[in-house]
Amino acid sequence: MRTAGDLVGRMEMTRGMRLPDAKAYVAEKLGVSPADLSDPVLMHEIREQLGLGRITTFEISHPNQPVAIESKFNVEQALGVPINSVRRFEERRLSSRP
Amino acid sequence: MESESRIPTRMGDGELVHMTRSEIRADLEAGTAAAVKRAKVPPLTEDELQHLLDIYGSPARFTGVDIGTEVVLSFDGSGMKTIASRREDLQIYEQWFGADTIELHHVDYSFKPVKAIVPFEAQEMHDVLLRVVAPVQYGAQPNLGLYSQPDGPVPNWSELLPLGKIAEARASQEEAVPMAVKDMVYVCEAMWEAGADGVDFDTSAAAGDADFQATLLAVEEVRRRCPGLGIELGMSGEFVLGMHGEVEYDGVRLAGLWPAAQMKLAAKAGATIFGPVVNVNASKSSAWNIARTCTIVKPCVEQATIPIHINVGMGVGAVCMTKYPPVDAVSRASRACVDILKVDGL
Repeated sequence: MRTAGDLVGRMEMTRGMRLPDAKAYVAEKLGVSPADLSDPVLMHEIREQLGLGRITTFEISHPNQPVAIESKFNVEQALGVPINSVRRFEERRLSSRP
Repeated sequence: MESESRIPTRMGDGELVHMTRSEIRADLEAGTAAAVKRAKVPPLTEDELQHLLDIYGSPARFTGVDIGTEVVLSFDGSGMKTIASRREDLQIYEQWFGADTIELHHVDYSFKPVKAIVPFEAQEMHDVLLRVVAPVQYGAQPNLGLYSQPDGPVPNWSELLPLGKIAEARASQEEAVPMAVKDMVYVCEAMWEAGADGVDFDTSAAAGDADFQATLLAVEEVRRRCPGLGIELGMSGEFVLGMHGEVEYDGVRLAGLWPAAQMKLAAKAGATIFGPVVNVNASKSSAWNIARTCTIVKPCVEQATIPIHINVGMGVGAVCMTKYPPVDAVSRASRACVDILKVDGL
């Protein structure tokens, strides 16, 4: 999450995409080049803009930024692929409504 | 006459030794030759050997791939209460170690014991998924041996084989396979329903060809039941041991398969990531081991239709057989696998 490894890894893990294809896919969705995906300075900014979750160990306070499951909703939208835990979250939330 | 300077490098058991560039080059040549002879694969090219010599002939503490050629780093065994709770460990892996994917698992790390506690494991998976962004997989070993006596119900084939009871040993393994498949599918389906991004069949074929058959059958069924679930199939050794000798998957005899053939069956069954293994020879140098590793795995990566995450850790993938592998050895092996093999991840 310092860069985009989790996003590329997600496409490998859940879609079986090989690395060049996964990098190209993620880069296109984020509007950057594949080489940009491993630049931690640039990706930190892009992740913040898109709310994709970040490394926040040196930012003590970021109460208005999405984290964890909140960020995964944005990752799902950015990558255009369903994320199992996000879909389950929605199912459980809706099934609990009175 | 000027003598060659000696470069610090490692033996397969982790010992720090000093070798000349010529000695390292000789070991690289011997390592690729050993792989050619054993696995019946082509040798590394002169350019590839020269690049490995540049990596292993450097005295630098650390080495790395070129900027822009980074690969995905997946972690098995990343959540096991090393520092805090399992879920906190996984957060640490994500936030402090920068892990690209993380893995929840039980310390017993086999599907059979997990089956009995799967409601608790699924709850843990559910809770972890609320706290992290990185993809989370659940990892365990197929471990067919646990289905033989005294741990399991079927006669122990490891005891039958030395007695010459070949037919009985084979029958016992055949009896164990559907039990293992049922347990693996049960656990994986529970993880899918909890929200997991993937599952990791780790150290597959550890008990031989019947173990590999059970894993492939489980992968096939999990793929059918859980269409969006990531499935990583990682191996335990470089070739499949013929403890049974005759079992097949998709018409292919499993005993004696090397990584390229293993990968094809894993992909056919429905895996999304394949993890080849090459075991380390502890009495040979790291240079010998990396040349042998790259030679054996190269056809697998070249023919792959799914991502290849080669196992690069303690005792495999040219990383020293020691509890805490030194970073000089780990970084050299990692870089070599990326540069030479073009793997999709480590």
